[in-house]
Amino acid sequence: MSAAHPPAEHPHTSTGLDNAKLAMWAFLGSECLFFGSFISTYLLYRNVTGDGPTSADLYDIPYTSISSFVLLMSSLTMVLALSSVQNGDRRAMRIWLMATAFLGLTFIGGQVFEFTTFVEEGLTLSTSAFGSSFFVLTGFHGAHVTIGILMLLGLTVMSSFGRLGPDDSRPVEVVGLYWHFVDIVWIVIFTVIYLIPSG
Amino acid sequence: MATAVAPQQGGLFARPTAKTGWWSWMTTVDHKKIGILYGVTAFFFFIVGGVEALLIRAQLATPNGEVLSPAVYNQLFTMHGLTMIFFVVIPMGTALMNFLLPLMIGARDVAFPRLNAFSYWVFLSAGLFMYSAFLLGGAPDGGWFGYAPLSLDPVTDGMTYYSLGLQIAGIASLAGAINFIVTIINMRAPGMTLMRMPVFVWMTLITSFLLLFAVPVIGVALWELMFDRLFGANFFDPAAGADPLLWQHLFWLFGHPEVYIMILPAMGIVSEVLPAFSRKPLFGYPAIVFSGAAIAFMGWGVWAHHMFAAGLGPVANSAFALSTMFIAVPTGVKIFNWIGTIWGGSVRLTTPFLFSAGFVSMFIIGGLSGVTHSIVPHDAQQTDTYYVVGHLHYVLFGGSIFGLFSGIYYWWPKVFGRLLSEKIGKFHFLLMLVGFNLTFMPFHILGLLGMPRRQYYFPANRGFEVWNLLASIGAFTIAVSILVFLYNVAVSRKKGEAAGADPWDARTLEWMTTSPPPEHNFDAIPVVRHRDDFWYRKYITTPEGESARVFAGGAASDEEQHSSEAASDEPPSSSAEGASDREPNTAGAAPPESSSEERPHAGASAEEQGHGIHLPSPSYFPLLTAAGMPVIGYGFIYSPILLAAGAVMLLVGAFGWVLEPPAEEA
Repeated sequence: MSAAHPPAEHPHTSTGLDNAKLAMWAFLGSECLFFGSFISTYLLYRNVTGDGPTSADLYDIPYTSISSFVLLMSSLTMVLALSSVQNGDRRAMRIWLMATAFLGLTFIGGQVFEFTTFVEEGLTLSTSAFGSSFFVLTGFHGAHVTIGILMLLGLTVMSSFGRLGPDDSRPVEVVGLYWHFVDIVWIVIFTVIYLIPSG
Repeated sequence: MATAVAPQQGGLFARPTAKTGWWSWMTTVDHKKIGILYGVTAFFFFIVGGVEALLIRAQLATPNGEVLSPAVYNQLFTMHGLTMIFFVVIPMGTALMNFLLPLMIGARDVAFPRLNAFSYWVFLSAGLFMYSAFLLGGAPDGGWFGYAPLSLDPVTDGMTYYSLGLQIAGIASLAGAINFIVTIINMRAPGMTLMRMPVFVWMTLITSFLLLFAVPVIGVALWELMFDRLFGANFFDPAAGADPLLWQHLFWLFGHPEVYIMILPAMGIVSEVLPAFSRKPLFGYPAIVFSGAAIAFMGWGVWAHHMFAAGLGPVANSAFALSTMFIAVPTGVKIFNWIGTIWGGSVRLTTPFLFSAGFVSMFIIGGLSGVTHSIVPHDAQQTDTYYVVGHLHYVLFGGSIFGLFSGIYYWWPKVFGRLLSEKIGKFHFLLMLVGFNLTFMPFHILGLLGMPRRQYYFPANRGFEVWNLLASIGAFTIAVSILVFLYNVAVSRKKGEAAGADPWDARTLEWMTTSPPPEHNFDAIPVVRHRDDFWYRKYITTPEGESARVFAGGAASDEEQHSSEAASDEPPSSSAEGASDREPNTAGAAPPESSSEERPHAGASAEEQGHGIHLPSPSYFPLLTAAGMPVIGYGFIYSPILLAAGAVMLLVGAFGWVLEPPAEEA
């Protein structure tokens, strides 16, 4: 659980937990089932390659490791952004938010490059059940990262409207929860899809 | 995108202010208005789904019926199922939850009022999106279960509408579920511990958790179906090596919890209505609550009983047969609790009570025929026959719809301030009960005779004629009973008796405030000391164990009663009531439980009285954001331009939502 000193200006709740944070936790619980179902589909189909290329033909583990590292580092910058806003340093917060968004964007760029390479090597959405489940699972993860980037930009806009500060850090914290979750899901996807050999 | 130049107040992001008229309904974030919107919309879809059912029964009234073509028949039975499940039973439950939940736990509104409005508009746009398929080349025609690979058939766009429309409806359910969970966990009045909550609130909480975890599973199945249909993916095509059982697993992993999503709210309603009209507390409250949770939990382990005919193998079949038999146990516990509640009570046979009694008895029949499905060889005989159709209507109509009508009759005076006519109401009940049994009892016999479901006609001379004709007569009887209900509503609107705050001498907090409740619900947030708190404000228990009325304005005696009760039958900290008892409570500077015992019973703190109450302002953005969803849906089917337009609506809506000036927001 995340740290628990609820900001003073928010109304007390029955449990003392902040409403928005509780809502985000509930939503993330739901997301576990979402990704869980896609991962199950992938596990069912990872060897159903038909005439198309197999995962051993395609995966470039060093390359994906680097882009995974980039994504995980974005969790660090996200934490620094939250820490900055709680300390009242809004300029540092904006810098860390933009850094987080930039790292996320780098990851997305890496994914676009990876997808393009795979298509050139003969794996498309329609090639095989393996292709469908790979692209849709990792694509939905990429979509989650993209939405996260939009939310980070939203926070930056909010801050330029004069919102967000030591007394009003909750939105940063909630977006941070989402961002860390998306990163954690990637650890699972990276392990299950790339590191466990097929066959 | 929203240009970022708006001032803090007014200007681009000014919040709407209308309190009456069209715009007030379009922009409202009041949980009571949203509840009414949900209810009216769900009832509208109930009529539409009912007309579809009547067309089906007209087609099947006689052998070789010629009312409908096969293609139209397929669309109608599919849309009937989808409508009744996703656009009637679930949202009708949501309507009652929306209206009642904050009132029952002593809150001013739900945790996220704008998200609540968003849920409604998304639900509405999902329904309109689905139905627009009728005009745009053909509605979904692959059954509500949409079995892939059959649903990959590309003759019409119908099943594409299915995949996108249900996806949108799922977003509405998910947002609503999160909102209700946070509201129930976080927004309870001081002293409203978990084990003091009305059972309807408990069932709402459990249902919301089921939705939270079930919706993403079907969401994934629907995405996969959409990618197969629109972008040539191979999730379900056996020719490409895909597994045709994948869809069934994902669908029923959602689909069986879905069954409990539809029945648990009705069980909650019945658990409120029966005590009120038996003038007794609910028998075995903890047992009802825990069996509800047990049903929800076990509901995740029975899905493959829908797939006994699919060839999973004897081990899987036996395991799921056992779990299916087990889940009848907590359900049976509830039935005995309801009977125990009525037992020895001074029962008033009002319309809500009758509908609840109808629920219990019809649900027993439906539940028992359900247990017969758990016997695998028996199920193999019943699969895809009318026996299953009979079973599911006994639980969904005899169960959910009777329960919902019970709730509608019970809370109608609270929502609209006028009573419905008891005389017409009882006539409605009688007609519906007769019509219902006339329609669906023959289905069991037809099924055992071997009549397959989902067929657009039946041949003559197989012994099917009589039962089908009876069922069709029954269906039209139900339709007449619904007309009687509408007449009742019209009479009540015109000259219904004014209800007053508490027409039924009821037990829970929503009856403490006026009918209809003011926008801020309670002038002062009540402090709760008991389960059925309102009852104990009205009645004291004499030393002989009888209930005696507290005189109006008898705050002093009320106080005495509380202190004496606290001394006699429960320790002052009442820690037995539940784990959250000692946690800090809601509503501003509310004192902890112990000191609230010393306060006057209304618990009015000065700043909460009258004018100082902040209510969230209306907003345009939930509507705008929601309206983007169906546009995106059309975009997937027809053109990337629409896709982009929908995405822009979504983005502008979301950014406006975040950036509009904060009124009191959660």
